[in-house]
Parts: sequence; C-alpha cells; structure tokens
Amino acid sequence: MNLLARGRRPARRGEAHGGLAARLREPTQVVFLALLGLVAVGWALVALDGGQFLTMESVVGIQQRSAALGIVAIGQTLAILAGSLDLSVAYLISLASLVAAEIMAGQDGKVVAAVAAVLAISALVGLVNGLVITRLRVHAFIATLGVALIIKGIVDHLYDGPAGKVPESFQLLGYSRIGPIPVSAMLWASVAVVAWFLLSRTRLGYRIYAVGGNEDVARLSGIRTGRVIVITHVLCSVCAGIAGLLLAGRLGAGAPTVGTDGGYDLESIAAVVLGGTALAGGKGGVAGTVGGVLLLAVLDTIFNQLEINSFGKDVVRGVVIVIAVAVYARRGTRRSA
Amino acid sequence: MRGIGKSFLGVRVLSGVDLDVMGGEVHAVVGENGAGKSTLMKIICGIHAPDEGTIEIDGRPVSFGHPLEAQRSGIAIIHQEFNLLPERTVAENVFLGREPVRRGLVDRTAMETATARLLDELGEDAFGPRDAVKRLSVAQQQIVEIVKALSVKARLVVMDEPSAALAEHEVELLYRLIGRLRERGVAVVYISHRLREVFDLADRITVLKDGSRVTTCPISEVTPDELIRLMVGRDLGTYFPPRSAGAGEVRLSLRGAGNLKLRDIDLELRAGEIVGIAGLQGSGRSELAKAIFGAEPFTTGEMTPSRPRSVREGVAMGIGLVTEDRKAEGLALRQSVRDNALLVARAVGARHRNGLRDLLQRVRLSPPRQEQEVRYLSGGNQQKVVLAKWMTMAPRVLLFDEPTRGVDVGAKAAIHDLMRELANDGMAIMMISSELPELIVMSDRVVVLRDGRIAGTLPAGASEEAIMRLAAGEVA
Repeated sequence: MNLLARGRRPARRGEAHGGLAARLREPTQVVFLALLGLVAVGWALVALDGGQFLTMESVVGIQQRSAALGIVAIGQTLAILAGSLDLSVAYLISLASLVAAEIMAGQDGKVVAAVAAVLAISALVGLVNGLVITRLRVHAFIATLGVALIIKGIVDHLYDGPAGKVPESFQLLGYSRIGPIPVSAMLWASVAVVAWFLLSRTRLGYRIYAVGGNEDVARLSGIRTGRVIVITHVLCSVCAGIAGLLLAGRLGAGAPTVGTDGGYDLESIAAVVLGGTALAGGKGGVAGTVGGVLLLAVLDTIFNQLEINSFGKDVVRGVVIVIAVAVYARRGTRRSA
Repeated sequence: MRGIGKSFLGVRVLSGVDLDVMGGEVHAVVGENGAGKSTLMKIICGIHAPDEGTIEIDGRPVSFGHPLEAQRSGIAIIHQEFNLLPERTVAENVFLGREPVRRGLVDRTAMETATARLLDELGEDAFGPRDAVKRLSVAQQQIVEIVKALSVKARLVVMDEPSAALAEHEVELLYRLIGRLRERGVAVVYISHRLREVFDLADRITVLKDGSRVTTCPISEVTPDELIRLMVGRDLGTYFPPRSAGAGEVRLSLRGAGNLKLRDIDLELRAGEIVGIAGLQGSGRSELAKAIFGAEPFTTGEMTPSRPRSVREGVAMGIGLVTEDRKAEGLALRQSVRDNALLVARAVGARHRNGLRDLLQRVRLSPPRQEQEVRYLSGGNQQKVVLAKWMTMAPRVLLFDEPTRGVDVGAKAAIHDLMRELANDGMAIMMISSELPELIVMSDRVVVLRDGRIAGTLPAGASEEAIMRLAAGEVA
C-alpha cells in the first residue's frame, strides 16, 4: 500500500513562455493578423476591379461603421468575460436614441440633461439584467431576452416611427471628424481604453476574469460574484446607451428600430467571439474585440466597394465567424492536450 | 476540534471525532474510503458546518459559516482538485480576490514580487509569477496552491490527497515543500491513504474508521501493519458474496492490444467469471475498460469477436460499461429513473418497457419509484440505476469501473451480490477497483496493470501485498 505513490508518468513540463510562435497562438494576435490579411486581400480585389481600396473616404467609412458596433461590443466583452451575455442591447439602443432625441427636442441647452437621462436609464436596465441573473438565478440568455422584450413592448407602444430632434451641435458627434479620424471613432477608442484599463489595472477587472473563468473558484477566493456580474451588466448597458446617443446624433432623431436594424445584439456577440474572447467567459479582452469589429467593418467595405449584393456579404460573415471560433477551439485543445 | 459530528440526509458520516493539531506539526489523517476524512476536512475549512461539536483556535472557540471565515482565521485547504484559473497568471491566481492596490489600481509589481519571493523561498525556479497557470504541470500548479496558502499567512494548511495527481519525482518535491511549511511553524493536516507518505512525513497520525476516531498517536508508536489493521479492522469473510462455480466460454479476448495509453494487453473474459483489475492511479485501468468498450478504442492488436471503433460498435457487441464517474458519465441526473434506465435500450432500439419494473426490482432499487429524478437518489441507488440501464440490453460483457465508489455499505453488498448473480447467469464481468479488499474477495482472477501493461495475473484470494508488489513493480 505504501507503494501507491508511484505510477503516472511525469507530467510534461510547462511550455516555455514568450517567443513569437507562442504569441501567434493567442487569438488577439490572430485576429489582427487576419485583419491585415483581409486588408491586403481587399486591396488586391478592389484594385483588380479597377478601384482604390484605402481611400480617405473608405477609411473614414470603416471607422464610422465600426464606432457604434464597437462601443456596444466593448460592453458585451465585459459581460461575456464575466461568463454572462446581453441580448437586450439592441432594444436598449433604440430606447436610448428615442430618450435622447425626445429630451433634446432640438435645443442645445438640453443636451446635458438628455445624455444624463440616457446613461441613467441604461444603467437601470443593466441593473435589472444583473439582478434578474444573480438574484432570481435566471440564465443570462433568458434574463436579457426577457428584458429586451419588455423594452421592445414599451418602445413599440409609444412610437411607430422616428421621434424627437437632435440639435445640430449634437449631430456633430455623428459626422464631424478631426483629420481622418471621426469623432465617433474617438469616442469608441476612449470607451475601449477605459475598458482595457478597467480589465487590466483594477480589482474589478481581475474579478471579472475570475468570475468568468470559474465562478466557484472566484467565490471560494472571497469574491462576491453576484456583485461583479451586476456591475458588468450595468457597464454593458451603459455602453449600449452611449451607442444609442451616437446613433441619435447620426440620425438627427430617435428611432424605434435603429438598434434592431443594426442587429447590434447578435453582431456585438459575434464581434466579441471573433476577437477571441471565450463565450464561456474568463478569457479574452478588449483588444481582440476591437480587432473583431474592424474585421467585420473591413469586410463590409470590401463588399460595398465591389458592389456585391448583401446576401453574399452575410454568407461570408457567417463563414468567417464560424471558422474563427473553430480555429480558436483547435488551438485551445491542442494546448491542453 | 472536539466531538465533531455530521450527518448528510440522515446518514451519519462523522460522530464524536476529536482532532488537535499543533503548529509546526504534520498531522496525518488516514482511513479507508468513506471513513469520513474528507468530510472532517470540509468542516475544518468551513465548507460544511458541523451538526455538533466545537472548533477552537488557540483556545478560542470559532465557528465558520463560510470558507472565507476559515481563511481569515489562517486555515487554508489544498483540494485534490485545484482552485485555480488556468487562463490567469501565477501571481493573479495567488492574489485572487485580494489583489494589492495602490492609488485605486492593482499593483502588479507588488503582486509579482511577493509571489516571486514566495516561489523563491520554496526553491522553485522553473516558473515565474507571470506564467499562465495553464502552462504549468500538475505539480507546479500544486506549488501555486501552496504559495497561495502561504500568502494568506495560513497557520494551518489542510492537504487532501496532495500526491494523488503527482509523479514520483514530484512527490519528493512535495515532501520538501511540506518540510519548509513545518520549519515555518505552519501546522499541516495531511490526508492520504498512502501509508508510505504518512510514515515519511507525519509527526502524529489520526485514524478514522466509519466516521469515528480510532486513535491518535505519534507515528513512532505504530508500525505499518498495525496501522492497516486499525484502518481496516473488519472481517472480510462474512462481508462479501461467495465465489462462482466456474468459468465458461470465452466471451472476449485481447491479443497484443494497445493504444496511446495501453500496450500489449492479452486478456480473456469468460462467461460466469469476474476478473478484477488492479493498478495504481494512472496505470491504465479505466483506459482499458474504455478501450474494450470502444470509447477510447484500441488502435493495435487483436480483439475477438471484433475490435470496436466506437461506443456504438461496442454496445452492438453486447459490451456495457459502468463508468467511474456515474454523475458525469453514467446518468442524466435531472431525468427520471425510468428515462435513465431506458437510455441504452432506446439508443440501441431495444424494447424493454414492460420488463422495467421487474428489472428495477432485480437491481434492488429501493424504493423502486420510476418517476423519481435520479439526482435525488443516494449514490448506491444511482449505481443500481446505471446497472439497470445496461441490463436492459442483456450484455454479454459488463465492465465495472469502481462500482462501489461513494456507495454506502448496504448498497455495496447489494451491488456485489448482483454482480455475482449476473456472472452466474453467464455474463462475463470485469471489475476495476482501488479498494483492494473488495477486489480480492470479488474476483476470480486479479489482473494487475502497471504503466499501461499487464504486470501479472494472480489467482483468486491473492494477498494485498502480492497485488501491490506487482502494481508498483518493486521487489519487496
């Protein structure tokens, strides 16, 4: 019996860290490499077609196209990293655009109040999402779907078309740019930087990774896991609210379908996953999501410039997302095998 | 700890257990499976609350409602399964939930230097605080757990079977680590069923048996033989069912079979015979069962009547496998007894609806309620449902992997009786077990595995020592 200690071959030594090869295996690097590759392919294709790919116009277009989705996806990244997800963002975006435009009513003086109201309502929606998930123990998928339907019901009841008016000054958010960089893209970048900072430099960030990585481990380490999930949902919803403000600025009014038409719910999740964040949580980050959003936007731009119909575009997007996740899954298993 | 008692669902698993541990001492807690070791440890660490009895630290009574409260009192536990986040770095894991902050931000530098210092003190230089935990070996992950315990200034570290997942050279490292803990005046409670480790490491030893304390004494006052007697101390003869009359035709035979984990396996399973499989953890016992069954198929060698390439083919050949982990692999916990019992029948398209009541009676499910969700059943009853599941297809060969793990004594006897009954009805049975007494008394033959090969075959009634000698490959 004393011999039981034997057996089992020696475990393999942990792989060496660092090195280009090892870094290339991280999804974040993969997505940016894919982005570069896609730009090259796009440039070649458009050139063959007799056009010019990276014109000032198209670069600005890519950034503008990305900004709203990008901001939503940053929020979604937080929720997904914590092991949750948010399907209510699309309806919340519509609601936010309506609240903003109605309160502003074309007056410059009401902008601050409108922004504050939008942020407050968004935070409230996030709080509800978070509490339903943690207190009522409803799975995030159902909880946020339910909240999404509630918002949809309210919006559909009150509006059947665009409403409110956004003053000229606020519309600058949607269209103006400084040099080649649109203001909306800067907004996106600052949200991304804040989120990156949050994740990598604050306790909350560490806890988000812990909760998403393994909720039991997190709890046994003294983390109040429920609170972390609630906070990430509040942040996620606030991001959606900001995206709603941006879209209101671009439209000049609020619209009850602006969120759903953009498909921001599923598309933001797709962008996050494309960026290498594990849908189960605990692994990934903001940088990957930015890459994922840009990848989708560049894809759009190529199709637009080549003037291929949008069905083809959707097919290619679908294929890209599935392949990306399959590639990450392969890498994951090979590493742990 | 004084007079600790605990019951689960009316089953008393601990009664009146006393345990006292002193600083700088390694205190081993030993006992058979089900003796109550793990429950006792979970009470120390605040995972369970005791039903009776008190816990005192430095003479002050304490009660833990939550693992965190135990942690704050300086108690750390290192579980068999590690509590680590594989995607995060070593330092992030060590300081999980207690990250140092400076001006509101996590102080990575402080975290990493503190971790590096602790790693240094333990003489660990193969990895650093910035390495991702998923890239570490099992032994290295255990070091991370120990560093975590040290970083909370734990005064009592509970280690639950710490060597179970380690290779031999890693076990030596563990010894060194425990030595360092002792030097620091930390008390270590070491739970193990490996007597060699206990004699190598412990200062004192507490023996548990059937939920009570048998004795606590300095290690120098007992010999290994005495210790085994204290742990086992039961009359095996009356406990197990009688042997079979004899073996019949060959149901299944392997010749030179192998795959990634197994090599050169020659084995015959005969109708009416129970073949016991012994071996240490990692010797390929479960892998053998899975290979025969088709779950992790053989890639080389011969198997007659044929070599299954998938579970479906294995089942079609009439092979059933009662897996080691019934909750994860054997049952759909949220479904009813009936749905579980009919899983296999439905998968292979057999009709068995009418016979189900008889079948559940035959496996002695009590009470035989078909609508009950399986997760509410006791371990023994769950195992009976797994058995019923396979019996619906009247298997020719039935493989058991740890059939009585986590099963109470009464159900254990029922399962043993049933296994013998099935064999006498002409089934060929292979049984893997880590409990040597069970293996010895149940088996008509014991095949011992070592490093994925057959180390030898022993006749019925072989001694534990003979089995262990083959399993460990040592000349003793």
